[in-house]
Amino acid sequence: MDLSPVLDGFGVVLEPTNLLYCLIGVVVGMLIGVLPGLGPAATIAILLPVTIGIEPVSSIIMLAGIFYGAQYGGTITSVLLRLPGEASSVVTVFDGHALARQGRAGTALGIAAIGSFIGGTVSIVALSLLAPLVAGFALDFGPPEYTALAMLGILLVSTVSSGHRLKALIAACTGLLLATVGRDGFTGAERFTFDNLSLADGLDFVPIAMGLFGLGEILYNLEERHRATQAPVTVANVWPSKADLRQSSGAIGRGSVLGFVLGILPGGGATLSSLAAYAWEKRRAKHPERFGKGAVEGVAAPESANNAAATSSFIPLLTLGIPANATMAVIFGALLIQGVSPGPQLVTQEPELFWGVVNSMYIGNILLLIMSIPLVGLFVKILRVRATVLAPITVLITLVGVYTVNNDVFDIVLVIVFGAVGYLMKKFGFDPGPLVLAFVLGSLLEDSLRRSLLMFDGNPTGFLTRPISGVLLATFVLVILVPPVRAAIRRRAASRKELV
Amino acid sequence: MTAPHGSGDGLRDGGDVNGGDGLRDGGDVNGENDLDGGKSLADVLHEVEAAEHEYRPPAAGPVGNTVIAAVVLLFGIAALVGSWSLGVGSARVPEAGTWPLLVAVVFVALGVALLATVRRTTDAERFSRTSWLVLAGLATMVVFVAVIEHIGFEIPAALLAFVWLRFLGREGRRTSAAVSIGVVVAFYAVFVGALSVPIPHLF
Repeated sequence: MDLSPVLDGFGVVLEPTNLLYCLIGVVVGMLIGVLPGLGPAATIAILLPVTIGIEPVSSIIMLAGIFYGAQYGGTITSVLLRLPGEASSVVTVFDGHALARQGRAGTALGIAAIGSFIGGTVSIVALSLLAPLVAGFALDFGPPEYTALAMLGILLVSTVSSGHRLKALIAACTGLLLATVGRDGFTGAERFTFDNLSLADGLDFVPIAMGLFGLGEILYNLEERHRATQAPVTVANVWPSKADLRQSSGAIGRGSVLGFVLGILPGGGATLSSLAAYAWEKRRAKHPERFGKGAVEGVAAPESANNAAATSSFIPLLTLGIPANATMAVIFGALLIQGVSPGPQLVTQEPELFWGVVNSMYIGNILLLIMSIPLVGLFVKILRVRATVLAPITVLITLVGVYTVNNDVFDIVLVIVFGAVGYLMKKFGFDPGPLVLAFVLGSLLEDSLRRSLLMFDGNPTGFLTRPISGVLLATFVLVILVPPVRAAIRRRAASRKELV
Repeated sequence: MTAPHGSGDGLRDGGDVNGGDGLRDGGDVNGENDLDGGKSLADVLHEVEAAEHEYRPPAAGPVGNTVIAAVVLLFGIAALVGSWSLGVGSARVPEAGTWPLLVAVVFVALGVALLATVRRTTDAERFSRTSWLVLAGLATMVVFVAVIEHIGFEIPAALLAFVWLRFLGREGRRTSAAVSIGVVVAFYAVFVGALSVPIPHLF
């Protein structure tokens, strides 16, 4: 492996502006992680207009920092208040808060920070080794491979997430349909524009993402009954003892590996990997009954895993151009806005961007470790900022921000419409994530499908004659068929267990 | 991931019926019933969902779920008709409507499946009194966009912030006024002053 682009990447990161954006990113990430309400996808969506004026490398460094920074920050509220600031820190609540009630909040936060740091760093190293290989492999991908890959990606993201599978798939189809609005690139015909000039060029990604993730989430939170806010527990010593470290070292290692692997899979991501790591740790423990009552492994494993996954989920985006989860879909959108189309050529054609972003994560993780151990008290104080004050400010940032993209009032109308849609979707159990993901992949998918059909002279079985697209499509079919079969097997196993 | 849906419905309901028994007092969640350590990932996930649901309005009933599924289905049919009129084409000669038609067919099939499984669906919430807050919030944004081109962003932004703080957030009168004015001043300084964004403004 040629190391010079990697080293050049460090040069990019160490430029003062990039260091600054990295710092801004991780601080913002940490903040939104601490504040319940907006998640990383929403925050990154809301900040999209800001990135337009910034260099591509700097803006992606910042957005990436928000994503993995949120994994650190989300832990703090889970441990101290039993309120997960972030979906991927939900399981940390079980043992983290139990530790806090035993007066060991510092231990929980310290272990979580160290686990996150190790998980993140292990994952960056693995990413640096693996990503160029994947990208090299994908260089020969033609339209048929991309068709199959995009379909599989959308299917996995829709079915693997926690929500209702049918509804997630409906959301994904909605995204695909929304992507067809505007002029058809092949025939020039106008599709679903309703003679509206503003729609002729298609729907913009920014108002959709800002509306569905940003405004939708804020509106949804308006309905939340008031949660009783407890006074934050005071955090004394954040350095975990040697015994705690020894006890959790295995969990950190396993969590990092599991997180890395699950993060690569579409639909995997930080939330799923933290759950899986917790479950795994508990299953292999000699005394599983300690879990939920303050087992340090119960904090170490999910926190290492969610950070490792946050990092490794960049692999499919940066090497294949397929986002693995909702947040990556927004970052995909940010790259497109910058005129960079992520794909296998990125590593070779834009090495500064690729290695700059990847290597910035080392720096970001070090910054986060500093912020979560010595400076943790500062972030605990931020918990006093009330959501009721933040909400209107966020709304105004969204409304004014979306205007600044094209200086067009129509974009404000769109963002409000999609805000209402996002609220209704969340309210009725439709995850907006698959919609946004399918929307960003929609035109790529249609394009490659039509190109493939041209290649195959209109014969759809052509997909099966190429090994990679064939395997991907077979996987696609398996993903559709396996869950019902497994559910049936489990039902039978459950009834057998009842008999015993 | 294992099938996240189906068996979890009960728990989801349990979450809001029992309110405080969820995550707050710890013991229950991971306590007695899993001493064998055999809790599956799906169970953990359902607990998490139930806990998240704790502060939310109650779940929608069968009528509500049917209406949701029907609306989805109608949207799918509309997309189907719309793509049909764009030209069906064929695999050899695709037209503008071919791809949207394919998607719309899948959409309609999913909508039918959703309608068929309405009884097993429990992840939708019903509208409650607090839903009016959402409508009010949306209304402030509609007003904002309706008047911004005529009177600039300052007044509608201040009004929006005040309504959100005072009425949706139940902040004090003085805090609400101070924060709304402060926000507008800050926005003016950043967007008009520093970035010179051509956003319509009064001053």
